[in-house]
Amino acid sequence: MADVLTPVDAPAGPRVRGRRRRRSVTPAPVPLKGRRAWARRAPLLPALIYMIVVTQIPFLVTLWYSFRGWNTLTPGTNHWVGLREYSLVFSDPTFRSAIVNTVVITASAVILSMLLGTALAILLNRKFFGRGLIRTLLITPFLVMPVATALLYKTTVYDPIFGLLDWVLSPFGVHHVNWIGTYAAPSVIAVLVWEWTPFMMLIVLAGLQGESLESLEAARVDGANAVQTFLAITLPHLRRYIELGMLLGSIYLLQTFGEIFVLTQGGGGHGTATTNLPYYIYELAFQQFNVSEAAAAGVIVVIGTQIVATVALRLLSGLFAAAEGMA
Amino acid sequence: MATAPVYTPRRFRITRRRATGSFWSAITWLVAIVLFFPVFWMVITSFKKEGDAYTNPPRIAFHPTFSQFSQVFSSGAGPPFLHSVFVSLVSVVLVLVLALPAAYALSIRPVKRWRDSLFFFLSTKMLPYVAAIVPIYIIAEHIGLLDNDWALVILYTGFNLPLAVWMIRSFFLEVPRELLEAARIDGGGLRVELTKVIMPIVAPGIAATALICVIFTWNEFFFAYFLTATKGPTVPIFLVSFLQSEGQYWARLSAAATAACLPVILAGWIAQKQLVRGLSLGALK
Repeated sequence: MADVLTPVDAPAGPRVRGRRRRRSVTPAPVPLKGRRAWARRAPLLPALIYMIVVTQIPFLVTLWYSFRGWNTLTPGTNHWVGLREYSLVFSDPTFRSAIVNTVVITASAVILSMLLGTALAILLNRKFFGRGLIRTLLITPFLVMPVATALLYKTTVYDPIFGLLDWVLSPFGVHHVNWIGTYAAPSVIAVLVWEWTPFMMLIVLAGLQGESLESLEAARVDGANAVQTFLAITLPHLRRYIELGMLLGSIYLLQTFGEIFVLTQGGGGHGTATTNLPYYIYELAFQQFNVSEAAAAGVIVVIGTQIVATVALRLLSGLFAAAEGMA
Repeated sequence: MATAPVYTPRRFRITRRRATGSFWSAITWLVAIVLFFPVFWMVITSFKKEGDAYTNPPRIAFHPTFSQFSQVFSSGAGPPFLHSVFVSLVSVVLVLVLALPAAYALSIRPVKRWRDSLFFFLSTKMLPYVAAIVPIYIIAEHIGLLDNDWALVILYTGFNLPLAVWMIRSFFLEVPRELLEAARIDGGGLRVELTKVIMPIVAPGIAATALICVIFTWNEFFFAYFLTATKGPTVPIFLVSFLQSEGQYWARLSAAATAACLPVILAGWIAQKQLVRGLSLGALK
């Protein structure tokens, strides 16, 4: 899909574009060679090298340890064991449940925050008293430090006796529920949805504001009501923005750690109900001191993520091109 | 409504539209207040005495006190704040130093395979951090960077750099081509092009990029927890250790959380016009 990038996405460099345009009229241009090509590349290199070093060296070290049997608590285990750690990881039921939990937590948080965010964006995309203030209030949950959010929910919201949730629900006969213990995964997901709704809202709002007024006007002239207009014109227009928001949201939410660490410590009542992959590897490495098994799990996660990311990148390159074209 | 066959007086229609309008405005206000309430409550609780924090129904009328904040800072919040400020600022400067030339080479005078480079930067955002924590810990231990702010500076630069490159590139693309051409024809050279043409246009964008990098850096928990936990904690680590030691003191906890969140909330409010651009890596305006 990378080849469907619209011309808008092409860099502003007049040389490249000019060269391409002139190609049909004038003889083939002399390609940049030697020193000049390097002069052009030079500004890019520090950042590129930095990223290669920061991402690839840790990966190579992970790979190295994943073929060894190192547990820091057991002396003499730091030697070559081949693929043993990988088979240990694959036969670990916690690993499999961690995959499921990661998918469930990420998908529900992304979908719910997108639904809520879209609704809020539609509400915000009107002129009304205090709109700027409301917008400011609504983006705040995204800015609050995630660990502080988790801590806040754990104490003042989810507390079985003095929590806000208990107070709000007590008229409905709900009393003293141990929210985090009984509903571990939903408690975590609710916090994540609260954090990520503003993100989705801002992206959808950008989409709504980029909508052409002519087509909306045309729909009204044709006698479409609000719901029809929304379904037939606004929603198709928003599709790319919604996809963009969900993809970017997933990239961040797959890494969720702090919230789980503070709220449930990976379990909450039933063992590993909220142990996602980051938390699983943390437990292997820093609680069981199984450095090599954690490394093997890390390699598996990297490979899995790369497969997903390749697909996501293809989608994204199309989406970015479209978004830049639309803007 | 346009298909309604029955004649309705114009004025009636307008008042009805106004009525539904204010209905939706009221709903918007209500939802916003509900969603904001936990933040409001955190701030309110931080001004309470502990006895006022533990009540059901929640207590709204109380004598406000600043004592929780002074307690938080007397129990060691100072050094974590300094660590966080140092790490955020140094890493942002480093990010800009690396990202500005890179973004230039990907937009204004693009290198040959600029698209591949651009997507390489993006793909590093998709690496699971957790897979790197073991080797990073081991490497940091070996080269003596454990409990050292520089370890975090290096890592945070790494994960904000792709975002900054993408975002700053999107601002560079907005520099009108005619201006660049004109500067080149005048023969001012690279320096004039940068200082007189590009910088005045992209400066606000660079400021917004810096603010967004600060937001992510200030709030980062994962790496900070493993690499600085014992001696040089940043603010999020301090907050979690505070929960472990003083978890039953809600008012004090809220004061700590309020102080920890305030800088980033303010930064975000200031940069809110550019927030969506940063979050979408420059794709949306």
